[in-house]
Amino acid sequence: MEQTEKKKSETLNGTRPNGQEGNKRVSVRKTYKLYIDGKFPRSESGRYYALTSPEGEMLANICRSSRKDFRDAVVAARKAQPAWASRSAFNKGQILYRLAEILEGRTAQFTAELVSMGVSESRSKQEIQASIDRLVYYAGWTDKFHQVFSSVNPVESSHFNFSVPEPTGVVSIIAPEENGLLGLVSVIAPAIAGGNTVAVLASSAYPLTAITFAEVVNSSDVPAGVVNILTGYRSELLSWFSNHMDVNAVVYCGSDAEEIRLVGENASLNVKRPVILSPGDWYSPQEENPYRIMELQEVKTTWHPIGQ
Amino acid sequence: MARTSKKQTALKFRGEWEYAPAPESKDHIRLEKKYGLFINGKFSEPRSGKYFDSVNPADETLLASVAEAGAEDVDLAVTAARSAYEKTWSKMPARERGKYIYRIARLMQERARELAIIESMDGGKPIRESRDIDIPLAAAHFFYYAGWADKLEYAVPGRTAGPLGVAGQIIPWNFPLLMAAWKIAPALAAGNTVVIKPAETTPLTALKLAEIIRDADLPSGVVNIITGAGSTGSALVNHPGIQKVAFTGSTEVGKMIQKTLAGTDKKYTLELGGKAANIIFEDAAIDQAVEGIINGIFFNQGHVCCAGSRLFVQEPVAAKVIRKLKDRMETLLVGDPLDKNTDVGAINSKAQLDKIHKYLKIGVNEGGEMYQTSCKLPSRGFWCRPTLFTDVSQSSRIVQEEIFGPVLSVQTFRTVEEAIEKANNIPYGLSGGVWTDKGSKIFRVTSQIRAGVIWANTYNKFDPVSPFGGYKESGMGREGGLHGLLPYIQTYSN
Repeated sequence: MEQTEKKKSETLNGTRPNGQEGNKRVSVRKTYKLYIDGKFPRSESGRYYALTSPEGEMLANICRSSRKDFRDAVVAARKAQPAWASRSAFNKGQILYRLAEILEGRTAQFTAELVSMGVSESRSKQEIQASIDRLVYYAGWTDKFHQVFSSVNPVESSHFNFSVPEPTGVVSIIAPEENGLLGLVSVIAPAIAGGNTVAVLASSAYPLTAITFAEVVNSSDVPAGVVNILTGYRSELLSWFSNHMDVNAVVYCGSDAEEIRLVGENASLNVKRPVILSPGDWYSPQEENPYRIMELQEVKTTWHPIGQ
Repeated sequence: MARTSKKQTALKFRGEWEYAPAPESKDHIRLEKKYGLFINGKFSEPRSGKYFDSVNPADETLLASVAEAGAEDVDLAVTAARSAYEKTWSKMPARERGKYIYRIARLMQERARELAIIESMDGGKPIRESRDIDIPLAAAHFFYYAGWADKLEYAVPGRTAGPLGVAGQIIPWNFPLLMAAWKIAPALAAGNTVVIKPAETTPLTALKLAEIIRDADLPSGVVNIITGAGSTGSALVNHPGIQKVAFTGSTEVGKMIQKTLAGTDKKYTLELGGKAANIIFEDAAIDQAVEGIINGIFFNQGHVCCAGSRLFVQEPVAAKVIRKLKDRMETLLVGDPLDKNTDVGAINSKAQLDKIHKYLKIGVNEGGEMYQTSCKLPSRGFWCRPTLFTDVSQSSRIVQEEIFGPVLSVQTFRTVEEAIEKANNIPYGLSGGVWTDKGSKIFRVTSQIRAGVIWANTYNKFDPVSPFGGYKESGMGREGGLHGLLPYIQTYSN
């Protein structure tokens, strides 16, 4: 009887289902915080919003990030970017693959969190598996997209001339509001696979898996600052994510015409590359392709004389 | 003649070897007194009823009166382009499309000298450059992209390629015909139709290109060339009938265009300003580097977005490089753009000359040490002596802002790290130059400069197969090569 009435939040926070009756262990619940520069700080603003399950049950207090939190995330991302970009392609691939490994091992935890936020158990498993597979997909691209999208250019003069992709730099990402895990992974993976660093706003409806994914990032040899994950309100943070002058590209997931216009206008302040993704189905194979990597790349052409 | 004075430290050429005038003849060029708009395959009077003058910046004489397209004219041009797109150009077998583009390339080659002369008269650039660089490259650009027309699927692995629709294109005055080629050729190859607006101070070669397009029997409306100034460009960018905007010009205007296009489905490429670092290491071949510095900043009077306008010299060789640079600058012949010996021609317009003069004042007021060559300048027209500033800092406005003139700022550095940091400490990221004899250093520095085009031991080289475009506030998208085709292609999942 007790088992069936067991609160979702207890499953979520690790109560053993067969705990001894009458001497029930009190579970240790997780505090969901932000992930900035490899650390888990609370929002500097001290603000939060209460996340509840579809049944109205309290799940967690989620940090409501401020402009300052985002700026901290950008500073961390900028600091980490050159070293991340200079990691070998092989190494970046291994680290992305490591993310998939760690995520696979935590399937139960992610399932519990997705279920607590109202996703059916079978759908949860499907979302986690698709997320793992997506990480493996992009892990495999890290040392291949340069080859596919580079060129040696046969110029008329006596020069060796070649063009290669290089990371755009720091990317701010408004992750999809739907599919709290798969959506998040689908936008982070191509950005970091290409050597960018990111500051991401997680889905406000599904923030738990985003912060737990930060733990996966934290334990997968991803250097501090490469992935920074914030929670909070999209409406409040959208301007800062798109108008920051030290951000090189902004990825917006959604279909709100007013928001898309705002992101585009703010992007023009420093000629950010705006990437607008309004997909219907994050599970679709069309949502994983090397062009997602290339949207966040610059092409550099180098001329070198031949002779002497 | 041997030099006689032993005390002489600097080379002195002037006064010993005078160059006789060697003007290019202009008797065979054909220029109308008045040009209409090229819409739907023919020249027509503008509905706006307005005309403006295009003058020769070298002597301020009137070259032609040119139509100013108003909103109604822009609408006519876009309608013609849309109709041509739907009825002929997108329906035509790609191979046939390619052959039309080849025809344009060939006709340009046939009329190359005429185009070069008009380019120099309208824009002020030396005939040596328009004849040897601008026009051949423009023709080669058409020739290159013509061949892409029936091979688009190889440009986008794993995808199917198709055109976007009507492209609205705005080009600058520094390489008028070449920029028209950069814009039109890939657009047509991918199956788009075009409405293009040349810059108001240099419309003439684009209008000659209209004649060539007419002579090539391109289907009416595939290329429409409308002249005008900012308001014409604005009407074009805002027209709901275009699917793509391609702009080359200042970062300021580029940002306005990007803002305007926010929230629309129009795709865009922006090729904007630059402030390139040209870095000379102590182990460079110094004389060669000096030639590269000269070419980097004085090519086309410095009216080059990728000009090497920030010189960085490693300290041990700084004094030597600056001395040799000044000597070499002194030999530059400034004057008649049509003279085949001229190195530096006329500043493109009065407005641009005023802007350059403003920056010279700013440079001096900020404490910079200004050096200008002693050459005589013609009495009429717009001219600026090759200029060099030392004693400047990273924060000097003449170091941070694009001047777009023959003005070089010189700074020094000690370590590779310092050079890279200084080179990148700017919102622009279009181009850069590196001079050293050490191969590994070249790759280290070229890979760390945040810019789209890097020249190692050379500078200001261009080729149709070579992608060109900027990082950061220097724009987005590439022009030239395979990568320059992509912004004109729509892709579909297979």
